[in-house]
Amino acid sequence: MRYGALILLLGPVLFAAGCHGTPAKSILVATTTSIRDTGLLDELLPIFRAKTGIEVRVVAVGTGQALEIGRRGDADAVLTHDPTGEERFVGDGFGTKRLPVMWNEFVLVGPPEDPARVRSAKSGAEAFRRLREQQAVFISRGDESGTHQKEKAIWASAKIEPVGAWYVRAGQGMGAVLRMADEKRGYTLSDWGTYLAQRDRLHLVIIYKGDPEWINPYAVLPVNPNKHRHVKHDLAQQFADFLISEETQQLIADFGREKFGEPLFRVDLPSKGGGQ
Amino acid sequence: MRAFDPELWPIVWLTLRVTITSLAIAAAVGIPVGVWLGLARFPGKQTLTALVYTGMALPPVVVGLLVYLLLSRSGPLAFLEWLFTPNAMILAQTVMALPLVTGLVMGAVAAVPSELVRQIRSLGATPRQVWWAILREARLGVLFALLVAFGRIVSEVGAAYMVGGNIQGQTRVLSTAIMMETGKGDFALALALGGWLLVLALSVNLAAMRLQGKTL
Repeated sequence: MRYGALILLLGPVLFAAGCHGTPAKSILVATTTSIRDTGLLDELLPIFRAKTGIEVRVVAVGTGQALEIGRRGDADAVLTHDPTGEERFVGDGFGTKRLPVMWNEFVLVGPPEDPARVRSAKSGAEAFRRLREQQAVFISRGDESGTHQKEKAIWASAKIEPVGAWYVRAGQGMGAVLRMADEKRGYTLSDWGTYLAQRDRLHLVIIYKGDPEWINPYAVLPVNPNKHRHVKHDLAQQFADFLISEETQQLIADFGREKFGEPLFRVDLPSKGGGQ
Repeated sequence: MRAFDPELWPIVWLTLRVTITSLAIAAAVGIPVGVWLGLARFPGKQTLTALVYTGMALPPVVVGLLVYLLLSRSGPLAFLEWLFTPNAMILAQTVMALPLVTGLVMGAVAAVPSELVRQIRSLGATPRQVWWAILREARLGVLFALLVAFGRIVSEVGAAYMVGGNIQGQTRVLSTAIMMETGKGDFALALALGGWLLVLALSVNLAAMRLQGKTL
């Protein structure tokens, strides 16, 4: 058993190597896959670090999970897109404030031939009603993400309870759901950024967009140190201030223009509170 | 060649580090416990055995959730500050590997003919010598146990994502990176990462076979 002895010796060494810890100034931000997948933070975080020396560690999950991570005090800030959930988060005292950062819109994507003839719908609710009438395959995120919350709100506004074989609850991230819709020739609701970033790999086209209600606002919420003493609120606040600074807002507004021909996010949200 | 992108090195390295560390801890605890369970006769052994075997089927996501709740700021082990660090991943993987190593070692030891055990004892061996002799006898099974545990740890994604957080440059391992790139639709990169995972598994198994040829 010389091998066993070897790994017994080696193990603690490797283990110790892992204990070097993180730099003194670092915060953890829980955010959504839809933000990570666009690559926006890869562009912004090095700038933030150069300015402040703060390292931002990013955990990308669904909005529901991100808010839960914040609620338990495991993150210093959350960057999410569920206005209702976020307001509850602040209302319950888990976040100090909700600072709108940027927005884009939700779009209904589907097969180019549009079998349910949704394209000519006059409103988002009507588009969803047609999907229901035609029993068109609809892939729902089904994961309590911000997009899923929005989708549920649209069904509610159309007064439809989506049940049936046509309504597929995927329980997966946006990218995976887009591809599932692509494979199944179905429809799905997507945020503009994720769809644009993956458009080249999909057959799906935008079937409906433009309902004023279909706004997808992102906000940053520093976690309240009164609930969790160890939370690095000052650093989180610096991060939030950085995101909403004029300079960063300009960077966000230009992000993606070069690569996709149009920006992924907009920053000039008329009502600073989100689209709800 | 994106498969050789220098950005992937930290991911490969961390995968190795987490896997080997977890495996070492699981082996250090699991092998003695497995030998003991394989040899000992005591009331309640069957219950304990059933528990170990059930542990072999622990769903990774459940382990991930439990470890998350333990390490969370609102949890009992918050003072460790391990959540979203490699240590959290090592803890979760160890919890999953331990029953595997224990159970398989126990099975291997139990398969050693009891006459042999009796014979060793009758030759006047001390308990320590008995253990050692039986471990030698069951070494193939022990090696197999370690290889199975390695396979489980290196490819596990659910718990690793949950307690590690898949943070770039810090807790991103091959399995979570594959899941992320697949989600983003970058199948080519996901495949390249999968290739690395296979290379790791193959190297370890080849090393084990060499070892087997030498000492067994």
